[in-house]
Amino acid sequence: MTQAIPPAALTSRSTPGQVETRDMLLNIGPAHPAMHGIIRIIANLDGEQIVSADVEIGYLHRGFEKMSETVDYNGVIPYTDRLNYVSPLINNVGYCMAVEKLLGIEVPERCHYIRVIVSEISRITDHLTCVGASAMELGAFTVFLYMIKAREYLWELVEMVTGARLTVSYCRVGGVKGDLPDGFAERCHKALEETRRVLRESDTLLTRNRIFVDRMSGTGKISAEDAISYGITGPFLRASGVDYDVRKDCPYAVYDRLQFDVPVGTRGDNFDRYLVRMEEMEQSMRIIEQALRDIPAGPFQTHPETGRPIPAAEMVDQAKVGNIQGIVDTRAVTDPTLDGSAKPLHLFIGADEKRVFLPAKEDTYGNIEGLMQHFKLVMYGHGVRPPKGEVYFPVEGANGELGFYIVSDGANSPYRVRVRPPCFAIMSALPKLLIGDMMADLTPTFGSVNMIGGELDR
Amino acid sequence: MSGTDLSSEAGFFTSRLEEAIGWARKYSIFQYPFVTACCGMEYMATACSHYDIDRFGAGLPRFSPRQADVLFVVGTISHKMAPVLKRIYDQMADPKWVVSFGVCTCTGGFYDNYATVMGIDTIIPVDVYIPGCPPRPEYVLDGLLKLQAKIAAQHETGRRPAPELRPEIAR
Amino acid sequence: MNAADLIQAVKDRFPQAVQASHSYRGDATVVLGRDSLLEVARTLKEDPAFQMNFLMDVTAVDFSSFGKKQSPAFFTSSGVSVSPSPQIPDQSPWPGPPGSSRFVVVYHLFSLPFKHRLRLEVPVEEDDAEIDSLSALWGAADWLEREVWDMFGIRFRGHQNLKRILMYDEFVGHPLRKDYAVNKRQPLIGPVN
Repeated sequence: MTQAIPPAALTSRSTPGQVETRDMLLNIGPAHPAMHGIIRIIANLDGEQIVSADVEIGYLHRGFEKMSETVDYNGVIPYTDRLNYVSPLINNVGYCMAVEKLLGIEVPERCHYIRVIVSEISRITDHLTCVGASAMELGAFTVFLYMIKAREYLWELVEMVTGARLTVSYCRVGGVKGDLPDGFAERCHKALEETRRVLRESDTLLTRNRIFVDRMSGTGKISAEDAISYGITGPFLRASGVDYDVRKDCPYAVYDRLQFDVPVGTRGDNFDRYLVRMEEMEQSMRIIEQALRDIPAGPFQTHPETGRPIPAAEMVDQAKVGNIQGIVDTRAVTDPTLDGSAKPLHLFIGADEKRVFLPAKEDTYGNIEGLMQHFKLVMYGHGVRPPKGEVYFPVEGANGELGFYIVSDGANSPYRVRVRPPCFAIMSALPKLLIGDMMADLTPTFGSVNMIGGELDR
Repeated sequence: MSGTDLSSEAGFFTSRLEEAIGWARKYSIFQYPFVTACCGMEYMATACSHYDIDRFGAGLPRFSPRQADVLFVVGTISHKMAPVLKRIYDQMADPKWVVSFGVCTCTGGFYDNYATVMGIDTIIPVDVYIPGCPPRPEYVLDGLLKLQAKIAAQHETGRRPAPELRPEIAR
Repeated sequence: MNAADLIQAVKDRFPQAVQASHSYRGDATVVLGRDSLLEVARTLKEDPAFQMNFLMDVTAVDFSSFGKKQSPAFFTSSGVSVSPSPQIPDQSPWPGPPGSSRFVVVYHLFSLPFKHRLRLEVPVEEDDAEIDSLSALWGAADWLEREVWDMFGIRFRGHQNLKRILMYDEFVGHPLRKDYAVNKRQPLIGPVN
């Protein structure tokens, strides 16, 4: 905890003819609704104006980096979900692509498209939560309810693909857990249409709303040079006029084939950040629609079904007694938790690397090679073993450049996993952002920072 | 309705009065959402229009511990945050209940490391545990119904059986 | 500039400072001596040939138990480690941890005009765990170096405010060091289990 500042150390001000005043130290403590729970701001106030501020973090430090040294490479993925927990799929994708860079393997193209689609859905949910929460803190409770409603539609989509709403653990080293289910494209289009409707309504409620504009314009300004010096990236930097987006400048997955614009603001204040985030949501929806159109066809269209779908248990029983003629190339109807990872889909969702990606369940239970492959990847002490080395892989998180720096010593668990958190840089600039503004401007500024505790403190 | 031996002391009208007070208390919950981590997202989803906690009477969060009666501890509590949590709990006025939302608050979750409190019941007494990582809104509503049953069964003075401490820390 | 040209440019400019270099998996990496860090960093930031205006990350790695992990399973030496495929740009294996010192402080730099990245690695001995602070050049270094101090115990000379950032002040030890057990708790209140 920081030491108490003795009252004599606070600056006294006196102007001739006026009463002598002294600065006030206000603690906006960790348990505060507008602090998203876990930040402590110690503000030095001269009346209503903030003279200086100190930020204390670490109240949600959960030891991500230390825990990832104790589990194997695929076991780190649930920990990555809980880093930026409003856009968990982006963290998953970033980590898996970093490990794949270390291994030196390429995933199939369809898998890249799937990762892009789910990343962009995650980005939309992040921006919805950020704009909704900061609007609620300014009093616009309706907008918060509308945006959470839109977020529910997107979470239903995510649940359809991954099985979970929030903590998904969808990507694997070498691919993803399962293919997009049947009917995903229609559901997705419908959900995006609902989201667009919500965004239009929120736009009419906020963008020309006198109270909202007055509170957000001109507050929390930061110049482009300061932002670059603090290492700020993402919508925060783009609102200050610097056009840097990892998807455009250092493209990964299939972003170089998709057409989208990157909104850039001019003034660098809270209102520009709000506008940048609203426009980014629209661009993300554009990316998703293009990706759904361009995604290489899965086996539903190109591979003729050579057999009927049979229950997996029946397939195993048949194989055990030796009736394997009818079940080669047949699609097994597996448990709903294994949806999307049946054998004909397997080549499209995972790299064709025996030593990295799990085999299809039909192979695990059907033949000895599959069983050995499964065993060598899953059992305790075995697992994916990248060669010795170090890599750094940046992806565009919802707050900025999310980078994973992984050091491997050839063992089955990572030697060091470092995540470069985008909102850490923004929070380190928060004292500078707050100086000169009034006490009441702290709320919109802090809301537009989009501090996510899991990412800040890890 | 109250199954404790306290009911033998109470008369007919007193126990009806207790039931009425219990009924009133359980449908007017003012919660203090002590939100730290990912479970906060599911708390928001439960509180908003799709799953609507307001229809259970628990729709008004009070962000001051003096005004709240149920403390929802949502999300991982680290050792740095633990004194803050204890202070908030101490500031709340009786009768108060604690709901441990999410497995990180129940038992620590999968963060078995130097930084995490392995279950907030090592620091404060808990009434309802809602495990899950994060729990679906339906589980949260189920936990809320259990909490309401507990509130309704409480004796008028707020006296209740002492919370069971875990054997290794009951000294 | 691509990775090889970037490394060559840095080597040409600072022939004595650069101890080693590699570009494993396409990431340009340069190992520097501790005393030359500040000068090299200043040149990389201000010189128009490099223009590394972003300090993306400062972190450290504790190499004291590198390669020493005992696997709890049988027959793991029969090995499933994946060897590089022909598609990746770099065929040569990684040269290994830089130097023989326990800690290595790693800086990731990025240049927005040129879009190139560079990684600087500076070996730091355990008994003399001090290094120059870059907080005068980049504002990002402030909190990042505080985190390295908190997690590893490496001091930064010239840092204005070097105190713990993620852990509380009463915490003893530096958690990310390899000799700190993962579940060794030091609670402020409550039991130690």
